[in-house]
Amino acid sequence: MNIRHFPMTREISLLVLVYLYVPVVVLVGYSFNANRTATVWSHASLDWYARILANPSIQSAAKNSLVLALCAATAATVIALLAALATARAFPSRDGVEAVLKMPLILPEIVVAVATLMLFVALGVQLGLGAMILAHTAFCIPFAYLPIRARIEGLNQGYGEAAQDLYANRFRSFRRVTLPLLWPGIMAGFTLAFVTSLDDFLTSFFLSGPGTTTLPVYIFSSIKAGITPEINAISTVMLVISVLLVSLSFFLGRLRR
Amino acid sequence: MTGSPALRRLGLLTPALVTIAVLVGVPLTLLFWISLLQKGGSSGVDWASVPSLANYIRLVWEEDFDGTMILNTSYLVILLRSILQAAVTTGLSLLFGLPVALWMAGLSRGQRDLMLLLITIPFWTNLLVRNYAWLIILREDGWFSQMVDFISPVGPIQLLYNDLAVVIGLTYSFLPFMILPLYAVFEKFDWRLLEAAHDLGAPRSRAIRRVLIPIAMPGIAAGSLLVFIPCLGAFVTPALLGGGKTLMLGNIIQMQFGASRNWPFGATLAVVLLSLMLIAMVTMAIWRNRRVR
Amino acid sequence: MTDSSAVSITAVSKSFGRGSAAVRVLEDVSVEIGQREFFTLLGPSGCGKTTLLRLIAGFETADQGRIAIEGQDVTQAPPFRRPVNTVFQNYALFPHLTVEQNVGFALVEQQMPAAQIRARVGESLEMVRMQSYARRRPAELSGGQQQRVALARALAPRPKVLLLDEPLSALDLKLRKEMQIELKLLQAEAGITFLFVTHDQEEALTLSDRVAVMQGGRILQMGAPREIYETPTHRFVADFIGDINLIEAEALPGNTIRLIGGAQITHPHQAHGRVTLAIRPERARIVALDASHLQARVVHTAYLGTALVHKLALADGSTFLLRQSDLDGAQPSLGSQIGLSLPADSLRVLVQ
Repeated sequence: MNIRHFPMTREISLLVLVYLYVPVVVLVGYSFNANRTATVWSHASLDWYARILANPSIQSAAKNSLVLALCAATAATVIALLAALATARAFPSRDGVEAVLKMPLILPEIVVAVATLMLFVALGVQLGLGAMILAHTAFCIPFAYLPIRARIEGLNQGYGEAAQDLYANRFRSFRRVTLPLLWPGIMAGFTLAFVTSLDDFLTSFFLSGPGTTTLPVYIFSSIKAGITPEINAISTVMLVISVLLVSLSFFLGRLRR
Repeated sequence: MTGSPALRRLGLLTPALVTIAVLVGVPLTLLFWISLLQKGGSSGVDWASVPSLANYIRLVWEEDFDGTMILNTSYLVILLRSILQAAVTTGLSLLFGLPVALWMAGLSRGQRDLMLLLITIPFWTNLLVRNYAWLIILREDGWFSQMVDFISPVGPIQLLYNDLAVVIGLTYSFLPFMILPLYAVFEKFDWRLLEAAHDLGAPRSRAIRRVLIPIAMPGIAAGSLLVFIPCLGAFVTPALLGGGKTLMLGNIIQMQFGASRNWPFGATLAVVLLSLMLIAMVTMAIWRNRRVR
Repeated sequence: MTDSSAVSITAVSKSFGRGSAAVRVLEDVSVEIGQREFFTLLGPSGCGKTTLLRLIAGFETADQGRIAIEGQDVTQAPPFRRPVNTVFQNYALFPHLTVEQNVGFALVEQQMPAAQIRARVGESLEMVRMQSYARRRPAELSGGQQQRVALARALAPRPKVLLLDEPLSALDLKLRKEMQIELKLLQAEAGITFLFVTHDQEEALTLSDRVAVMQGGRILQMGAPREIYETPTHRFVADFIGDINLIEAEALPGNTIRLIGGAQITHPHQAHGRVTLAIRPERARIVALDASHLQARVVHTAYLGTALVHKLALADGSTFLLRQSDLDGAQPSLGSQIGLSLPADSLRVLVQ
């Protein structure tokens, strides 16, 4: 008897995989459907992709989403890298500091989103891209932090000492040894932060001002207005981008140390 | 790059701590404060109003035309439904997540990595898009309905806009949160312990119940919290799949910031959500502490 | 301190932790290490040997005392300003760099011209016979090869002193023996002072010009391997290095020592009352019962290939090991009573 074998787990797992992927496959499939009534299949076509590419509101929402994700992920990664360098070594209040860093992960997003909305309005901060970048930076920090932290954890503490023993001062040791060794972790963290920001709907929903919709916000309001094949196409594009980026990050995280 | 290690550490941590304090800590504090104020003004808050618990009272009682307070269950029902939906989703996630995690732990290294990627990918893809996919499947002239109709013509089936649709969507959204912590436990599990249990006379099912499950408890607890908390605050799933009849906390919070424009009451509902989350976390912590002892 | 010292450590103390939780790991340690000497710090884990090495490398700072390298005070200098290099226990080869980039690391920091770096890296790799692996990454090398690269990397900048922190402990026995010989040859070739840290007494004796035995943050005894082995001054040193028999005895006036069973030996000593006598297993000899200093019963005999080791029980119940290298001679049978002679010149009277 194989001790690790549990009856039915294989069947259930495959069922779960089907459950996880069938909706995605259906969505992607219908995005290539030529028929106007989104759910009746006629024949394959790329019409809807051509349409969304030509749609100025989608273009502008896509641009906003990219700028937002790029700014927020960059800021969050820099902030998270610095924090991860600090928490690499144990110190008395480290657990507390890490709990604070991970707070945006645990808190229900809708609560933080409406709270931030009220703060910005109370302070007179203009809603829009700037406001979204600030809020996204905050909740992207843990996503950037965790892969970097995991990488540092796996790093031999001795490398820094070895570099200093070989005449590199702190700065040079950071540049020549620590940074290159952390690089896959930094890139993985950046990618995850980027995806998180790109895919975010709730925070953007509350903080986007007039003329600064992001793609998810655009998709949501389109769905509310009625299901169209364009939504299938634009959703598929978002899916593909996320999957590519997450696979990249997964690969980076597994790079040999 | 000089100074004591403590000072350098503080310098490195400052950007992160300040960002989170300003963009999470301060807003949450403000949220509590606003939940005590009244609505009004163009911004939705009457800043000059006297702080009171009026909004919290409104959750349960309503002032009648003649001034008497009468019980108003509409919010309580939504609250209860949110908790129930979250609980059912957590239960379903455990039911399906446990076998998946167990199966994954028994795979070869390469297969495990692949499964891990397959489980992780939906978690990172757009929540909105994933729920939208269910909308396509479940709606009246949708894919599922067509499939059923093809097999036996019963006419269109309406699967959308009910509690089941929401539970399907929520489970779909948060199942990976259950599988990953469970897998983390089983991956490290020393399988010789099960052999030891057999050796000591426990048959398969008893060994699983007395050895495997107790050791997996931290993972089960973590996974349950990770599913339960976001379910409580879910907005997208009930908004897309629940329709108007199966509102959850997230939806009525959003309404206060949209059409109703009653920010203080919205803040109150948000505080309620936070409190529920805290209660769930504390309950879990107490329960786990009791188990350890 | 003399100018001829490569490393000069004067009254160095070091504690870790603060207040009541502070642990003293080095207690008033002073050592002079000569030019081109192969000097070994030997002791069990936690004796302070690695801390002393890290103080010299600059990874820790001494609480008190002074550390100088070739006469230059480096007590407060950071590691990157000290003319010493370290071979780390786990090698700490940079995994993102190739072998040659690893070896050239320090040279780049010293802003050596590229052509010169290339030449020096080549020389260093040649010294450890790793030229053909220059383009590999550390992960593609075996443990022994990584060890050689670590050596080449530490030697490339031509340090005044090479510090070796248990560098052989990760290797299997056979490789370790090979590397011991190579290290010795390498030191002769490089002409550099080696400061070696180990807990392996055999390794220390094989390699070193001088050994310092440490325990509890102090140096107990310092000297040539033979001196340490044959004339240990402390019970701990005697016990730690090789097998030794420790016998309780009584020191009498007039350079006489009385053993268990009443036999007396003439041996110079300054002690009085109860003392511990130390004698190596190979130094005691089997003699006739009536000519013996001690009588013992054979409890167990182990055959080691080149010798026999007899485990004996003395009259007071304590154990005595006897190593018999002469396999052709008469061998005592199990359970028999034999007589032992303890030659006065192989006996040591120990302080505790």
